[in-house]
Parts: sequence; C-alpha cells; structure tokens
Amino acid sequence: MDNSKRYDRLLDRYKSGDVDRRSFLGLIGAAGLAYGVSTPFAKNALSAVKEVRFDGWGGVVSEAFRKHAFDPFTKATGVNVVDGTFGSGDEYISRVKASQNGEYNIAHLSGVFDYARYHELGLTSTLNEDNIPNLKNVIPKLVDVFRGVTDGKLSCVPFDYGTTGIAYNRKHISDEEMQEKGASILLDERLKGKIGGWSDWRTRIWYAALQTGQDPNNATDMDAIWGAIRTHRDLLLKYWGSGAELMSLLAEEEIYVTEAWSGRVFALQEQGHDIGYMDPPNGFGWQECLFVLKGSPMEECEQLLNFMLSSEASIAVAEGQNYPPALDPAKVDLGKKIPTLPAFDPTGTLSGLTFAKSDYWNGNQQAWSKEFGRIQKGY
Amino acid sequence: MARETREARQPWLLLAPALTTIFFLLVVPVLFVVVYSFWLRTANGSDQPGFYMTNWAEVVTDPFYRDILFNTLKIAAVTTFLCALLGYPTAYFIARSRGNKAMLLMLLMLPFWISYIIRTMSWINILGVSGALNSLLLSLGVIETPLQLLYNEATVVLGLVHFLLPFMVLNIYVSVEGIDETLEDAACSLGSTRWQSFLEVTLPLSLPGLAAGGLLCFVLAAGTYITPLVLGGPTDAMFANLVFEAIITQLDWPLGSALSLVLVAVLGALVFIYNRFFGMAQLMKGLS
Repeated sequence: MDNSKRYDRLLDRYKSGDVDRRSFLGLIGAAGLAYGVSTPFAKNALSAVKEVRFDGWGGVVSEAFRKHAFDPFTKATGVNVVDGTFGSGDEYISRVKASQNGEYNIAHLSGVFDYARYHELGLTSTLNEDNIPNLKNVIPKLVDVFRGVTDGKLSCVPFDYGTTGIAYNRKHISDEEMQEKGASILLDERLKGKIGGWSDWRTRIWYAALQTGQDPNNATDMDAIWGAIRTHRDLLLKYWGSGAELMSLLAEEEIYVTEAWSGRVFALQEQGHDIGYMDPPNGFGWQECLFVLKGSPMEECEQLLNFMLSSEASIAVAEGQNYPPALDPAKVDLGKKIPTLPAFDPTGTLSGLTFAKSDYWNGNQQAWSKEFGRIQKGY
Repeated sequence: MARETREARQPWLLLAPALTTIFFLLVVPVLFVVVYSFWLRTANGSDQPGFYMTNWAEVVTDPFYRDILFNTLKIAAVTTFLCALLGYPTAYFIARSRGNKAMLLMLLMLPFWISYIIRTMSWINILGVSGALNSLLLSLGVIETPLQLLYNEATVVLGLVHFLLPFMVLNIYVSVEGIDETLEDAACSLGSTRWQSFLEVTLPLSLPGLAAGGLLCFVLAAGTYITPLVLGGPTDAMFANLVFEAIITQLDWPLGSALSLVLVAVLGALVFIYNRFFGMAQLMKGLS
C-alpha cells in the first residue's frame, strides 16, 4: 500500500467520525516524523559523520593535499575531507582551544614542540596503529620522537620534513656572498629595507642564535639574541606572516633576502624566479605530522592517515608541496623529483638536520613570545 | 488604563527579539571577556581561573601598551581628519548635484561589494616595487629605480582612508542634504559671498553629520588590525594587533581580554563624549 492510500483511508476514518481531530492530526504528524527520519534527509544527516576536517598551511601545500590526497581518498572511501587553513601553529591552537571536542579533527602540525603543547593541553588522542599499516614505511627517527612525548603511543603520524633556511635574490646577492655570510646576511646594512623575516618568535630567536654564534637549542646569552633581533628589525622591510606572503614578497622583489621555507622557495624556483636557497650550519630543520585531535572520529581519521602514508599519495603530495615525505628512502622508491628537493636526506637518518628541542622551546614559549612581540613593534 | 499599559508595553515587545539577541550575542560574551581578564595564563597555555589583578596591573602600568594605544589613537585621528578633508567636498557635491544623485550614491557604495581585505591588498599591486605606480613612473622615465612606497605608517593611513571614506561621505551627505538650499541664497542676498555663506551657514549646519562620520571613522580605524598587518611595516602595529597577538600567538586569553576591554573603554569614552555634545540621533540618521 502506498502512502497516499494510507492517507486517504485515514482521512475517510476522520470524516466518518472513527478518529477524532486530535488523533488525526497526531497521526499525520507522526507520519511526517517517520518520513523525515527514514528518507534522504536522514541519510544526509547521518552521512555528516563520514566527514573529517583537516587544517593545513594553505597555498600550494593545501592545493597538493586536496588534489593528490583528499579527492582520491573521498573517491575511494566516500569519506569527505573538509579542509581549512591556518597561518601559524599558534593561530590554530588558539582556534582549537576555543572549539568543542570533535570540531577540528586533523592538523598538519609543524615541529614536535607543537605536538607537545597539544599533549600538555590534554588534546591528544591515541591512534590504533593496526589501522595504519603504512606507518611501517616511515623514517623511524621521525616516529620515535613523537612516541617520546606521548608515552610510547602516537596521536599523529609523521608526514614530511623540511628546513627554514635563507632565500635570496640572485640578482642582488651572489651564491658566494651567501656562503660567506650565512645567517649574518640578514643583518647586512647594505640590504636595509630589502630584508624580510617571518613573524614567528621561534624562527627569529633561532636565527638570532646563529647570528650571535650560539647553539639554537641552548642559547646562553639572551641579551645578545634580543639585540640581534632588534638589529634585524631595524633593517627589515616587513615581517611576513604566511607562505603566500613570503612568496609574493620574494617574487615581486620587495625583499631580496629572508629566512624562508624550503618548499616555498622550490615552488618559486619552479616558477622561474632566480631565488637561491641556503641552509646555514645549524639551520632550522622541522618535521611535520598529521595530528589527530581528541574527540575526532578515529576510524575515519586513521583511514585517511593510512591513505596519505601510502607511497602513491605521499609522493604525489610531496611533489606538489615540495617537501620531502616522511617515508624512508631505504624502504620506498621516492621517484625522481623528491631527491632534488631542498632538505632531502637520501639516507633517511636526517642526521644533517637540527630540530628544535620541544622541552627547551616550550619551556620558554610564554616569556619569549611576549618579549619578541614587543621587540617586533619597536621596543 | 489597560490600553495605556498595553501601549507602553508595545515598544518593548517589538524590541524584545533585538534586545534578546544583543544580550546573548553581545552582553554575555563581553561579560565572559571581563571574567577572563581576571584569570591567568599558565605555562602550557591553559587558563587558571580566579580573581587576579595581574593582567590589569600590567596593561595599566606598562608603557609599551600605553605607547601603542597613543599611536593607535594618533593614526585613527589622522585617518579621520583626512576622511573629513576628502569626504566633505565629495558629500557636498553629491548633495547639491542635480539628477544623478542615485548613480553617485551607488558609485559610493560600490567598494562595499568587494571584501575589505581584498581592497586593502589591492594597494600592494598599486604601490609595490613592481606595482602600477612604479611601473608607470619607470616607463615615463621619472624614476630610474622603483620607489619603496609600501609598508610604512603612511600606507596604513592610506589603506584606512580607502576603507573608511564612504562612511564619512554618507554621514556628511545626509547632513548636507537636509539643509535648506534657500538659506545659502538668503545669505547671499544679504551680501555674503558664496564662500562666506558656506562657512557661516552650510558648514555649521552640517557639523553634526561631520561629527557622526568622524566618530564612525575614528572608532573603526582605532579598532582595525588587518590594515597594519597587510600594509604596515615592522613598527606600525596598532592596539588591536596586540589583542590578536596576545590571544592567537601567545595563547594568553586573559591578557588579551584585558587589552580588548581597554580598547573598548577608550572608544566607549569617545562615544560618550560624542553623545554628550551631539546626541546619538545624528549617528543613527547617518546610518539610515
């Protein structure tokens, strides 16, 4: 019997007095409710669970993720990936802090220090590694450092790594001059008004440590570091705040030299800009991970992480965003382009890169970020 | 009596949805911010509830915040002055023009169709080293190397004027439009020149509109953080940037709350002074 016949019969009973008006309207309402929860509307509502939110760095990085990972993943699994962007890890943690559990799911975090901060705030989850078999192909050193923070368990999988080195315009600065001056080029009076800098307190302090001859993971003379940051500020045209802004400032030749993210510089080089890139000794190395926040739909997230760690997706994304993948070159053939990327380590040991010590940086985060904020504004 | 009571209730009934919305979406969140300002930030970025005066003591006693606040007020004042200078002739022209007022007003509103951020960023393409202006000057042979025009206080003011000018023009326009034109003619017939009749009659009568536009421009300029972020140099930060930094970069929501309340208090005081001398009615007229 179809629904219209059921309705006709009910109407007849109402008209003949078998059913009172209140019962008739009640039954119509109940029928409407039943229809609502059992039809395409309900399907749409239930399918919302099959959605994962991913937040990353925007620009060419997000484009690479969307094209090479999210779209194929959605096609293969039916799980939709909603991708958002952030300008810095600090901005993202602030958003997460203001959100409800489950509102944000996966983030493309940079550095172990951020991972540790999330753990301290009680925002980490526990991944079921059995659901991520591709994790076995990841460089062990990258995995172990995260395990150390979260008591042997993981709330993320390493995904890529890179460096924050120095980008320079070869029309105005030669390769020889760069080799000679290294990090001190950012304090060169000759380039006043043509120097840029990331408005990230860690990067500023790291480079000031290099400029004052100190260990960036154990600086002892902070006065010298603040002094170097002030000198840099006075020579600066602008602090940049995103990868897109960095690329624009270099491409438009507003600035000739700045510290920069290796992948973004490679993207500029691919576009034909004569921009050189150099990692000075003890340059800032970092590893990025795909971090799953507490309260996320774990199975879908683990499914996505495993998909992204597959050699096909991982290599395609790496080639798109220009950062080497976390896959171990000893276990996976990474193709032709990846070995040409800046910061790539063919041994998979990453012994040539200096990473930030999370305890050291997080322990000083409150005081140093505040102090840098003041110096940045002319104090 | 019952009818009087009903009539007395009617405005409140009509206002109830708006007042409820304002209460829950403005008053309650502001109260949260007030409470937050007395909390503390712990080392790992979480908040420590309680009643601490630490943030307030820091904001009030630290010259860093005071200096940035004065700089913000200075930039807002310069922006407002320039908006008035550029906006008055424009508004006067529109108000006194015959026939094409609607089109001129539509042109004035056109910029609002484009995002404020996009409008601000457009200056990079105009004033940048390889932007339109430098390209033109280079091609005309006026300069040999591109001028560095961006990322200073002047470009911040320029971006703000670009953003706020329509607010000023609209307010002055409403005021000038309401002035009886025959008053100027009467002044002229009594021997004053056109310029004198403008100074003695039109300008004084349009001052409330000018003040309303000034207030809007000042408040909006003082509260901006996008413009200095996009067009400013290293030392061109405004007070709202401090709030952004405290909350976003430093994850110090309690301090950020105290800072934002200081800004609200300063701008609130300005609105209070305006209301004392001109009344809020003129502002509403300008917005309508």
